[in-house]
Amino acid sequence: MSHPVPLNVTRGSTTAHVTFLLLALAALGLAALPWISGAGGSGRAVALLVYILLAVMWNALAGFAGLVSIGQTLFFGVAAYVTIRLSNAGVDPYLAVILAIVSGAVLGWLTSLFMLSLKDGEFAIGMWVLSSLAHLCVNLDPLIQGETGTSLIALNAYDIETRNTFTLWVALAVTVVILAALVVLLRSGTGAAITALRDDEIGARSIGIDVMRTKRIVFVLAATGTAAAGALWLASNTTFQPRAYFGVHWTAYMLFMVLVGGLGRVEGALIGALVFFLIETLFGAYGAWYLVGLGGIAVVCALFFPNGLWGLIGPKLPSDPIPTGYKISKIHDASWEEI
Amino acid sequence: MTGLILNSVLLGGYYAILAVGLAFMYSVMKIINLAHGALIIFAAYGLHLLGAMDVPLYLSIALVGALMFGLGMGLHAAILSRASSGGALLPLLATFGLSILIDNLLFQVFGADNRSLAPLVGDLSWASFELPGNVFVGQLSLYILLAAIVIIAALEAVMRFTTLGRRIQATSQDRATASLLGINTARTAAIATGIALTTGVFAAAALGLRSAWAPYSGAAQLLFAFEVVVIGGVGSLWRVLVGAMVLAIAQSIGAAIHPQGFLIGGHLAFLMAVFFRLPTWRAAFAPIARKGVSA
Repeated sequence: MSHPVPLNVTRGSTTAHVTFLLLALAALGLAALPWISGAGGSGRAVALLVYILLAVMWNALAGFAGLVSIGQTLFFGVAAYVTIRLSNAGVDPYLAVILAIVSGAVLGWLTSLFMLSLKDGEFAIGMWVLSSLAHLCVNLDPLIQGETGTSLIALNAYDIETRNTFTLWVALAVTVVILAALVVLLRSGTGAAITALRDDEIGARSIGIDVMRTKRIVFVLAATGTAAAGALWLASNTTFQPRAYFGVHWTAYMLFMVLVGGLGRVEGALIGALVFFLIETLFGAYGAWYLVGLGGIAVVCALFFPNGLWGLIGPKLPSDPIPTGYKISKIHDASWEEI
Repeated sequence: MTGLILNSVLLGGYYAILAVGLAFMYSVMKIINLAHGALIIFAAYGLHLLGAMDVPLYLSIALVGALMFGLGMGLHAAILSRASSGGALLPLLATFGLSILIDNLLFQVFGADNRSLAPLVGDLSWASFELPGNVFVGQLSLYILLAAIVIIAALEAVMRFTTLGRRIQATSQDRATASLLGINTARTAAIATGIALTTGVFAAAALGLRSAWAPYSGAAQLLFAFEVVVIGGVGSLWRVLVGAMVLAIAQSIGAAIHPQGFLIGGHLAFLMAVFFRLPTWRAAFAPIARKGVSA
């Protein structure tokens, strides 16, 4: 028997504290944006938050649970539709947004009951079929009038300045809550199971992890976050045309953000969303060529840089900016070993 | 009613051609090629270009077929072999990225117009045979169904009776052992990808002759092909024919119920296929199924 070695187990670090401080400052900056840049900036800020939600949620699904979904637009589109429907029934539009997020969670749980039995590619396109089915059913609703669509008219009750500011604050609050929920989940016992699943599914199963339960938790959280993105996008843009919400271009965006940022890391998804936001602002006007570029970059990243930008940045930092694992070191020993 | 079933069966012929390449690649390479639909649309534009240059259709099909075979080998070398060594996720991500790239390139080059190959074959696109009982059957649809049967039979024959087919099967079952036995597995897998893409030319011809397409039509074709594969189940390629018929009948029933129910009917058939494959459902239905057999 070897002598027990005194170990020092830590998770926080200076890097993590600095990151937390920077993220908090960024959130405060976004919250103060209506006073800095006027009404115009708020819309773009909501777009950034929506991209962050989509990227982080798709990354959680693909990177951690190993589930590539082409049809996350199911939750994005249905949440927007539910918001329209509830608001049409007289519910306050912002309350409708919150209820739509809850409906996304419920829909995610229901979908997980049968879709998670599908493997890899079958799951990927199977989700697309579901999204397409939801799109067709939404088109049948007389309120939506097929592809003509409708608007979140109830928002006219607020004047435009108030509305933009309030939408930004709601978006910010929702994003912070959902990201915090993800980080808390990843740092919990279930998070250890999720990380094990990410690194080696068969290995995780062999040490007694309930793979299906773990996948379901990630899937429902991803559905909730994606639904939040859809409802917020509607609150910010006010018009609802089914094709603009269920369209496969959203999946292209998610794929791009996650692959460029780095698969399987929360930090990577955040960076991917920022990069996509900048690229969209600069090149979005180029239409189809812009999408050709996104598709091409996604292919190159998938083939040659599967760790994305985070694979370049991460190793240069002294420790994890958003720590979800533990660091174990021998006391009185300078050599750190990370698990 | 007879007409509805007959036309569903004929439509199923088109879906079978559409799905056979996807099913072949899935059964042999264990890869779902998300660019399958986009590549079919690419081939359709190739046929259209050659048709505009007065090349006879059979020659265009041969030429574009050869091009697609080469493209398939290139696709394997450049993307699939590298992606599949990185786990199950990367081929999906890479082929989806590729489909976005192809769709939008086609849009930039050819514009948003709908195109069709029907003018190339004159009367054939609307000619029909009259069956007893005042039932009409489109000639073209019938030829497409026959083509589907011939293509599936040919692929099954290649897989069963030729050295290449045995190499492909060995490579798909156990790559390491196959290469120990002296099979060049990379080359075999590349040829299999080439074969899968070549079937896309027939799908493109069938699509262009019976209706029209636009640059972004690939996604819909991929969904049809995928639904066929899931409904039919993996195994023999003949299952593709069964899946295609079921999809077409479900769509026709959907259309009969509601004017916009065509696609919904197909999607619901897909969902039912997924439900019936759930372990809990299987356990519940197994005793009934066994009783059915013994009775």
